[in-house]
Amino acid sequence: MPTIYDAIETVARDLYWMALKDIPEDVRAALRVGLQAEQREGNGTAEHVLFTILENIKTADEHNTLVCQDTGLPVYKVVVGSRMALDVPEVKARIRRACERATAEYPLRSNTVHPLTRKHTGTNTGQGIPIIKLDFSDSDRIEITMAPKGSGSENMSFLKMLNPSEGLKGIKKFVLQCIFESGAKPCPPMIVGIGLGGTSDVAMQLAKEASTFRKIGSTNADPEVAALERELLDHINQTGIGPQGLGGATTAMAVNIEWAHTHISHNPVAVNIQCWRGERASAAIAADGKVTYGNGAL
Amino acid sequence: MAHYKLTTPLTEADVRQLRLEDTVTIDGTIFGIRDATQIRIFDHGVAPPADLTGGVCLHTAPGVKKMPDGRYEKICIGTTTSTRMDRFVPGLVEQYGVRAVVGKGGVLEGSIQAMQRVGAVYLAIVGGAAALETLQIEEIEEVWWEDLMPECLWKFRVKDFGPLFVAVDSHGNSHYRAVQERAAARIAALEL
Repeated sequence: MPTIYDAIETVARDLYWMALKDIPEDVRAALRVGLQAEQREGNGTAEHVLFTILENIKTADEHNTLVCQDTGLPVYKVVVGSRMALDVPEVKARIRRACERATAEYPLRSNTVHPLTRKHTGTNTGQGIPIIKLDFSDSDRIEITMAPKGSGSENMSFLKMLNPSEGLKGIKKFVLQCIFESGAKPCPPMIVGIGLGGTSDVAMQLAKEASTFRKIGSTNADPEVAALERELLDHINQTGIGPQGLGGATTAMAVNIEWAHTHISHNPVAVNIQCWRGERASAAIAADGKVTYGNGAL
Repeated sequence: MAHYKLTTPLTEADVRQLRLEDTVTIDGTIFGIRDATQIRIFDHGVAPPADLTGGVCLHTAPGVKKMPDGRYEKICIGTTTSTRMDRFVPGLVEQYGVRAVVGKGGVLEGSIQAMQRVGAVYLAIVGGAAALETLQIEEIEEVWWEDLMPECLWKFRVKDFGPLFVAVDSHGNSHYRAVQERAAARIAALEL
């Protein structure tokens, strides 16, 4: 009789594969909107790039293959329902095992190396990997979202502890500077994640949550923050960096901001970029083992 | 914006005719290289075990499966960011005669000038479009330096490989530079 932990392991393995193969619907829709915008503007190269991206997604669907070769660093966001009374260390061990199995059984390219020796582990796991972001809720299910974070976009990560006196204008200037420096490198059209406030580590975590785990089209609940999301998206798309940095109207598909309160002396701004594939896959597992898949959002 | 169908090995004339925003597809064989491959060639001074003259080098580390007969079967082959390996590009084109570097993200001034001097181009492929790329790579023909897996030196046979966009031509022009200069001016003009 398979246990709930067996179900978690199987689902966590399958989510790795699904995230690499099946682009979330919100991302597909944003890419189609981008294609239409480039057609309207008469940007031939940008149109050709976005057309190729959509063809690539279709090809992966038809052949049941990976969209991109970068199998990323595995990041799992796990929300454990407190009424399930789960053994959390066992959950973490099973997710690690799931990454090893996903890698060996497919087989997936393993990317995990020691930061100094650059020696490969070969399993897409290692010290601190997979990254498991644990949270808890008052529910009777466990929710798992998997994101294989690619390196081209993750290398475009930025943090600045601005002075409070630099204010909102300083935040906007820094974000635009980050986008300019990123240019073609993170595979635009991108999803821009911004973390405001907290301590330095919290700001980076918020930026990752914003870039990688939020749907395109979602807005921050705080109206002032939501207004900044809209303003920055408009500014970023005015740069004309465009798809793959080859020029065009679609540099970003979304700007998502998450925030925390911060110290009177702090004004932290973190930027984390997600590439056009916006990869993520989600599932919820109920106490009876019933699984509901959510195409990147539950 | 013209389209060119080129067959490897490439000649200087093949690449000198290309202009920014032209598109290219390639038939023949191309080499796969990445960070570790080029660290071995240029930082450790180990000559590549294959003749790269007239060659096309793709910035990649493929996902593969080793078969019982020792050959490699493709699982997923895509493209990585070239800018990270920019410092190796002048050596590839000037020392080893590579005529085209295929990647994403672009290369910088030193590479642009080297490409102008010897006649070479940088061709942008759509980053992340690995499902298509994998179909266009017909076979993994050879692999050297397996100890660097997956960053070995790879030889792939390709058919209709592309679309590739001429992003740095052999006349000193860079599409990325033009886009970035325009972006800098537009950011400076924003009312924040």
